[in-house]
Amino acid sequence: MSTVSSVAPRSGRTTELVLVLGAVGIVGLAYVNLGLATTGTVPPGLAALGLGYLGVSLAFHVVLRWRAKYADPLLLPIVTLLNGLGLVMIHRVDIARGRDIADGVALRQLMWSALAVAIAAAVLVVLRDHRILRRYTYVAGVAGFSLLLLPLLPVIGTSEFGSRIWIRLGPFSFQPGEIAKISLAVFFAGYLVQTRDALSVAGRKILGLTLPRARDLGPILIAWLASLSVLVFERDLGSSLLFFGLFVAMLYVATERVSWIAIGLGLFGAGAYVAYLAFAHVQVRVLLWLHTFSPEALQTSDQLAKGLMGMAAGGMVGTGLGRGRPDLTYLAESDFIISSFGEELGLVGLFAILVLYALLVERGLRTSLGTRDGFGKLLAAGLSFSLALQCFVVVGGVTRVIPLTGLTAPFLSSGGSSLLANWTLLAILLRISDHARRPLPDESAQSAVGEARTEVVKLS
Amino acid sequence: MNAPVRRLSFLVAGLFAALLVSTTLIQYVFAADLNGRPDNRRTLLATYARERGEILVGQTPIAKSVPTDDEFKFQRTYDDADLFAHVTGFYSFYGAVGGLEQSENELLSGSSDKLFYRRISDLFTGRRPQGATVETTLDAAVQKAASDGIGDARGAAVALDPKTGAILALVSHPSFDPNTLAGHDLGKVDANYQSLLKADGRPLVDRAIAGDLYPPGSVFKVVTAAAALTSGKYTADSELPGGASLDLPLTDTDLPNHGNVPCSPSGRITLKQALVVSCNPAFGEAGMEIGADALREQAAKFGFGDALTVPMRVTPSSVPAEMNEPQLAQASIGQYDVRVTPMQMAMVAAGIANKGVVMKPYLVQSVIGSDLSVIESADPTELSEAVTPEVAATLTDMMIGVVQEGSGTRAQIQGVSVAGKTGTAEHGTGRRAHAWFISFAPADDPKIAVAVVVEDGGTANSETGGGAVAAPIAKAMMEARLSE
Repeated sequence: MSTVSSVAPRSGRTTELVLVLGAVGIVGLAYVNLGLATTGTVPPGLAALGLGYLGVSLAFHVVLRWRAKYADPLLLPIVTLLNGLGLVMIHRVDIARGRDIADGVALRQLMWSALAVAIAAAVLVVLRDHRILRRYTYVAGVAGFSLLLLPLLPVIGTSEFGSRIWIRLGPFSFQPGEIAKISLAVFFAGYLVQTRDALSVAGRKILGLTLPRARDLGPILIAWLASLSVLVFERDLGSSLLFFGLFVAMLYVATERVSWIAIGLGLFGAGAYVAYLAFAHVQVRVLLWLHTFSPEALQTSDQLAKGLMGMAAGGMVGTGLGRGRPDLTYLAESDFIISSFGEELGLVGLFAILVLYALLVERGLRTSLGTRDGFGKLLAAGLSFSLALQCFVVVGGVTRVIPLTGLTAPFLSSGGSSLLANWTLLAILLRISDHARRPLPDESAQSAVGEARTEVVKLS
Repeated sequence: MNAPVRRLSFLVAGLFAALLVSTTLIQYVFAADLNGRPDNRRTLLATYARERGEILVGQTPIAKSVPTDDEFKFQRTYDDADLFAHVTGFYSFYGAVGGLEQSENELLSGSSDKLFYRRISDLFTGRRPQGATVETTLDAAVQKAASDGIGDARGAAVALDPKTGAILALVSHPSFDPNTLAGHDLGKVDANYQSLLKADGRPLVDRAIAGDLYPPGSVFKVVTAAAALTSGKYTADSELPGGASLDLPLTDTDLPNHGNVPCSPSGRITLKQALVVSCNPAFGEAGMEIGADALREQAAKFGFGDALTVPMRVTPSSVPAEMNEPQLAQASIGQYDVRVTPMQMAMVAAGIANKGVVMKPYLVQSVIGSDLSVIESADPTELSEAVTPEVAATLTDMMIGVVQEGSGTRAQIQGVSVAGKTGTAEHGTGRRAHAWFISFAPADDPKIAVAVVVEDGGTANSETGGGAVAAPIAKAMMEARLSE
């Protein structure tokens, strides 16, 4: 039972404002540090860029005050910090490669960041309630699967670095997989909330594990086949793992049946093993992963080896921003941006970034816990888990936990489609968290979890 | 649905924990291994960016690091490159290769433990870390005389200070230009390196200390004579067979004198005279008389079989372990499977010059830190007593005879008594012999001991090669030293 409280519930917006100012301050310091380390002077555009970045962050903060007053106050500062650090590191790689600011990657990334923030704000303004998304469950499903398989189309699909996960339309190219991630999370949430009762009906029991009924296996088999075709035809283990993992995790959350996880892992393991036996490109990936420094592997590709040597050069505290050699690593501003951070900020800096990601995911899962409707719960859990899984695939790939794949580190890596998708994802999470933390008009209906307020900064 | 979400968050924690572990493994646990990999370009650049110490001959740098504008910060340059190529080696993308660059790499690069306190103080004072300077024992004049003397021929020359073991000259021809291998254009360096590897005469090989080893020919008779005198069975005046050839047991082949001419009209010859005219039958007989063990033992006392570092590694010279009588007779005149480095033969000359005591050869006089503190200083050490002072005096007397009236007259220096021995080493039928000369001067107070070999510089079956080709080079080297 809840007690009647006369104190207005805290929205956390002020906390958010302070944290955003802090995040922008850290990014500004990093930018100044970089300038001092490389040219010995404070970068000339500091005021304009710093104020610009601050303006964009504050604008988003104002949108939150206006449209999502009770949204989680930690999400925006974390993402502001990650996005800003990514910008600084991309700019740093630009300098190391001798690229002018005008034709550098950082400027493009900055414009994409502004656009992504604008779109995220628009999503918050337009999408007044996340449950509206449930109406578009099947539209999202069709869109998601189409986007996922789009790069396989002959003319627009292109291969880069051995993975066919890009589509190209004239001068524009993007990874549709990033956007598919959101569409599919919406689809899975909508679909599973409808069918969870059927899917959780117990079937036969084998070895103490209650299996679902055979006739309910259809959806997981379809998801499995789709993810395997991504692995085989798009040659992208990362996306494949991401989508199948997302589906299985959401299936588990919806049905609370461990057997789904067992079935999912079994299917994926078997599929991946068969793909390993059957396809040379999968074998090459595994060789590069397990025997990175063998002569055969180095002959095929030394990009992972170079990334690892960069990280090793950073050691515990790093070379310092602007004092390493990230330009000796391939794709130092995109797929290997984690290696660049490891080199210049050291293990300490990398830990900080990983903790930021973990916090982000944890806040997302907390949102899921606090949400009252099943659809929102599933969607928040799915979106957060997809972030976690993507981090794992990216960082795990460059640190040899799993085979290297071509995914981007959310908010850090250069790439417009990644920024757009992840900021949109953030907007949806913020919307759900606003819903979760908003005090109910009818106090007596408040659930126990809703009452357990999410504490950000403990005030006695 | 909350319970599975909670469990999912545990899974997420597990995933992130795995990443914390994997990054720790790479950046902390295995970081040193990764940084130490030879193909690690960051490490290479870091060592390039440190100012490497100089290598000095006298007060003149023969290798130094000059600041550049490119990403490597410093360019290694070599002055008088051809002259000192084998002494310096080269510093390239392959690392420090050959010569002092390689063997003194830790001091030159500044990574040696001996520079530990200096590095610590650099850390606090913000001074740029710098390698130590290596000062060699070389005498530029002697080095130049040797190099000019050998000229376009293939060969090697070594000069030692007999009293200390300091290396005064270390020459190997053909030489190369280390500057072509020290550039920062990897493609060019690689092309130059490959062409040097394939080049005629293998210029990258240091013949003076580490080539394929040479048969010493008649210069080895000095060792045989030392063994004979030490055995007590012979004096300088002992008579030996001196005919045109010596009948060898177990075989139809005789041991002929060069040119098949008798060493003396009477057919008998004293040990001293045998050395003066380089008589093959006499030394064949003496060798068989004293036995293989005595010969090997004597050779070992001069340093044969020792793995020396000067600080470059010197290939050990050798006398065969198993020999029958005819082979022993051949070995006694420096043929069969006796194999030597020019450094070893210079040590033989130096040992006799220094009253029988062989000093350990060394190339580094001192190592000086960038703050001018002396980090290392050469300390002359005895390697062994090869012969007694009396035997040394007798040998010196015999070797003076070689230069005064024997096969080595071309090494005479006005007003200085020179002791020497010629050699003409056959290495396969139909090929010209290697011309050898070892010597020291002044005989009464030696300041320099020399060994010179000129490949294919002699004529087969004639003793003139050593005296005609190698002796003048040795003479020039000794003069260069004595005129100072």
